[in-house]
Amino acid sequence: MKHIDEYRDAKIARALLAALERKTTRPWVLMEICGGQTHTLMRYGIDTLIPPQIELVHGPGCPVCVTPLEVVEKAIQIASQPDVIFVSYGDMLRVPGSATDLLRVKASGGDVRIAYSPMEAVKIARANPQRRVVFFGIGFETTAPANAMAVLQAKREGLRNFSMLVSHVLVPPAIRLLLESPANRVQGFIAPGHVCAVMGYWEYHALSEQYRVPIVVGGFEPVDLIEAIGMLVAQLEEGRAEAENQYVRSVTLEGNRIAQKVLQEVFEVTDRKWRGIGAIPQSGFRLRPEFAEYDAERIFGLADTVVEEPAECISAQVLQGLKKPVDCPAFGVRCTPESPLGAPMVSSEGACAAYYQYRRDTVKSS
Amino acid sequence: MTCPAPLVTTDKILLGHGSGGKLSADLIESIFLPAFRNPVLARLDDQGVVTINGAKLAVTTDSFVVKPLFFRGGDIGSLAVHGTVNDLAMGGAQPLYLTVAFILEEGLPTTTLRRVVDSLAAAARAAGVQIITGDTKVVEKGSGDGIFINTTGIGLVPEGVELSAGAARPGDRVILSGSIGEHGMAILSEREGLEFETALESDSASLHTLVAAMLAADGRIHTLRDPTRGGVSSSLNEIAKQSAVGIEIEESAILVREAVRGACELLGLDPLYVANEGKLIAMVDAAAADAVLAAMRRHPLGRDACMIGAVTAAHPGMVTMRTLLGPSRIVDMLAGDQLPRIC
Repeated sequence: MKHIDEYRDAKIARALLAALERKTTRPWVLMEICGGQTHTLMRYGIDTLIPPQIELVHGPGCPVCVTPLEVVEKAIQIASQPDVIFVSYGDMLRVPGSATDLLRVKASGGDVRIAYSPMEAVKIARANPQRRVVFFGIGFETTAPANAMAVLQAKREGLRNFSMLVSHVLVPPAIRLLLESPANRVQGFIAPGHVCAVMGYWEYHALSEQYRVPIVVGGFEPVDLIEAIGMLVAQLEEGRAEAENQYVRSVTLEGNRIAQKVLQEVFEVTDRKWRGIGAIPQSGFRLRPEFAEYDAERIFGLADTVVEEPAECISAQVLQGLKKPVDCPAFGVRCTPESPLGAPMVSSEGACAAYYQYRRDTVKSS
Repeated sequence: MTCPAPLVTTDKILLGHGSGGKLSADLIESIFLPAFRNPVLARLDDQGVVTINGAKLAVTTDSFVVKPLFFRGGDIGSLAVHGTVNDLAMGGAQPLYLTVAFILEEGLPTTTLRRVVDSLAAAARAAGVQIITGDTKVVEKGSGDGIFINTTGIGLVPEGVELSAGAARPGDRVILSGSIGEHGMAILSEREGLEFETALESDSASLHTLVAAMLAADGRIHTLRDPTRGGVSSSLNEIAKQSAVGIEIEESAILVREAVRGACELLGLDPLYVANEGKLIAMVDAAAADAVLAAMRRHPLGRDACMIGAVTAAHPGMVTMRTLLGPSRIVDMLAGDQLPRIC
């Protein structure tokens, strides 16, 4: 398959690894931002193939993991109402709130549906004028344009029964927070390719300059990630700190202008709480006031509930790259995908789930 | 892409309990086995094998609830034959008779039922099995989904054939009869209205003649499984668990057709967990593996058969896979269904 096979090619990977080996002279700590990248690294065992001086720590780029528990609670409350059809990406259905999750709401008679695109929710709203249809609009800059389009489409059609529970988050403010933390160890970042396909990577130039840290936009296949690691190490070894782009087949400096325009039209930047990390200023999107009639939080008038995280869960440190999943005493013992203590063990993009799913046989002993 | 489901202990049945993954296994272990416990059932094979008057009979039952009823490469009628025939075949049995029970929803067009029944009859004829009894129930509109079908199959296990999911041994070779994921992705793409350059078509087929050819080539076959719900990974995990062995497979040896790969990439699914209805996995004594593989490749349903790995005494109960780049990873059993990821 074009654009897949060559990026999973063992021969190309080996050549890149050999080059990486040659240029690595000192220890470096690198972070991949996106949970999709974490999964590729663990799935293919790339952390065991790179020179041992290079330590990979895993970033906060798992949309399911960072969606605050309060928002999950709101989703559950909305989905439990009898006149509501609640539509969500599949991943969110298994995230436990304080007492239940959306899959169980569905089993108890709630009309909860999985969609591949928010436009499906618009279609459902059109077909069910007597029901209130709510889409769970979460994720990073990647999913935001499609969600914005769905709101625009609903407005264009004059749909009165469609709304969105919005909890979007943005990558650059999170990187900034990590870099400003006194505990930060990360010396180079692999920026998330999908996010940059939408937003471009011009914002990362400023970050690189301000914090003197190399950032490389990376893809999601094994060869992409090995190449991105190589580009970061080259910068570090040469004493450079720039924003570079490995994922050239999808990402340009300015990104997708049309998508950005739609985002600006529908959303505005707001402070946002990240699960496990806390509030980050100017780190999310919310609907602009002119789209208030599509704002599920406003329509359903839900107040913030305070939900406590299990004290034993170290997800805050895992999401900031301060600790690895296996540093947690509960990992694989009291915290498993079947009974998770925190979101990184639930989500398909969570770092803890990646370690558990692919490597729990070896990582514990190493 | 492979979301695990939390909160397994549950007071309500979830869709995931029917996925063939960990939730299904939980249900069997916590509710069905304690209630029905007996030595035949305890083997947890796809079929129960009992000896009556010296004859070794294999009996199996399966219910079919597929949506849509008609899909590329088959329909619920042909599937109801193939599924049950294959469950018999995985015990090495020659399938002989089927029973068929229909649960129909009020308002179903008679033409639809006729189409399904004609297809079921044709598949039974092709498999050489007769339908010898049946039942029909009709439920109120809204209480069903058009047509549900249950088929029960009876077959005869030849002398000397002893296959079980608990019989794999260290040293055995793992053979897969062809490319994977076609049935599941054909259904999903039809359900989601997805179009791909190459059409996805279900692999639904009766496998008993392939099994007969394999057994004729060399009898030293220990385990057969058809990787239906939950896909290849679930079947391998079941075998590893029931045989208390480890299984090591090679990613590069597993054939996934272009259309299936494309659809899986698009939806964020792993073909190892996608259902098949015309494939089998065999655990074969190393000394017999080449002969069995050659016999499979001579059969139209085993043309693309491949040795994909081996059984080991290391890590009993666990399946690992050497990835394309070299390092190994765990191939886990999913808790419930694969859910499409966010991005």
